[in-house]
Amino acid sequence: MSETASAFAREQWYVAGYGREIGRELFSRTVCGESILFWRTLAGEVTATSDRCVHRRFPLSEPPSRLVGDQVVCGYHGFTYGADGRCVAVPGQTRVPRTARLRRYPVVERDSFVWVWIGDPDRAEHTAVPRAPWLDAPGYAVVSGMEPLAAGYQLLVDNLLDLSHETYLHGGSIGTPEVATTPITTEVDEQAGSIYVSRRMADAECPPFYARATGLSGRITRWQDIEYTPPCLYLLHSRIAPVGVLPNADGSDPTAFHVEVVYAITPETEHSTHDFWAVARDFALDDQGVSDFIAEQNRTVVLQDVAALNVLQEVIDTEPAGYQELSINIDTGGLAARRMLAKQVERATAVAAG
Amino acid sequence: MAADPTTRAAPGLLRVVWLPGSDQLEGTCHCGAGYLADGPAEVWDWLLGHPVGHHPAPPRPTTRTSVLNTAGATR
Repeated sequence: MSETASAFAREQWYVAGYGREIGRELFSRTVCGESILFWRTLAGEVTATSDRCVHRRFPLSEPPSRLVGDQVVCGYHGFTYGADGRCVAVPGQTRVPRTARLRRYPVVERDSFVWVWIGDPDRAEHTAVPRAPWLDAPGYAVVSGMEPLAAGYQLLVDNLLDLSHETYLHGGSIGTPEVATTPITTEVDEQAGSIYVSRRMADAECPPFYARATGLSGRITRWQDIEYTPPCLYLLHSRIAPVGVLPNADGSDPTAFHVEVVYAITPETEHSTHDFWAVARDFALDDQGVSDFIAEQNRTVVLQDVAALNVLQEVIDTEPAGYQELSINIDTGGLAARRMLAKQVERATAVAAG
Repeated sequence: MAADPTTRAAPGLLRVVWLPGSDQLEGTCHCGAGYLADGPAEVWDWLLGHPVGHHPAPPRPTTRTSVLNTAGATR
């Protein structure tokens, strides 16, 4: 079996954006190579259709295309579409061709994200939308953003499934020696379609990111529990506490700091990716200084990854065929993810083949 | 808080533990069979190859030693 998925895993939900990005302006984002038009109806519902007029392909997100009430008017020849994608008016004639309809995408707004289904629309309801409830829940403060990545999504999956790179690539913020040296436990739940990678550091240096955010000094107990639901949603459950402090027997954990780091890994094209990131915390909820610090620090970390992965993609694009990678223990989660993604691509290919 | 990775249970769960103090990976299949590997590709080949090379579901091992004994018998 190939160790690297070579195409998109269709028949899946993907994060297309944050709810805050989509309003009464026409908004376009390309997901898995498909240009999708988003806007919000007067009633507040998000719509998702093809961003190409059925007439001559003019992008409906491109001025002078415009939104009038709950209809989109193409800026090239005036083809007009309703929220359901159906064409309701064409210039110069009363008969609207029956086939004049924009492809409509199933869309769900949840946990601050706008999710879109890429694949056969009739299959969307059979697959649950993955959850990241901390991003829109009381008791958490959230910062978030998105950085464009000029690399395939597989490279970002590799990056996030193996956090030992923090020690080297992010040494000034979140990386400490213990991240790279602590053994991991990796689990695959094939029925749930999830991969878990846990690294639990009992006695670790407190990195600047957490020292400043939590006020802790000295050694810490640091847990990094990854929960990845391919292809799109990646969760890092991070627990920080003074060294030796563990949760209570009943599961309560009042003295620890909990940070939920969320990534949505959305392919734009085969060689570019939307790198959505969000950080939710259960402490210092009203401290804007902590929010600003975490937002700046996490964006810096993401941009360090982006720079490294952009270089890596250039290397891959220009290398001779046949390069043989080497995988070691730290790659256990990454290899599991590659294999699960490859299965998803295979299944989607079989669906497309009928 | 995330589930303890050593106690999570699910019908189709596959687990790979990087044995502390060693470079070896201990794979445990959902059928209860175990395997010691020297690298991740090897351990996933074995786990995802179920049931090839796996014992018919034995009694669940109660100690790491019994897992390793099972693994030794399968290699």
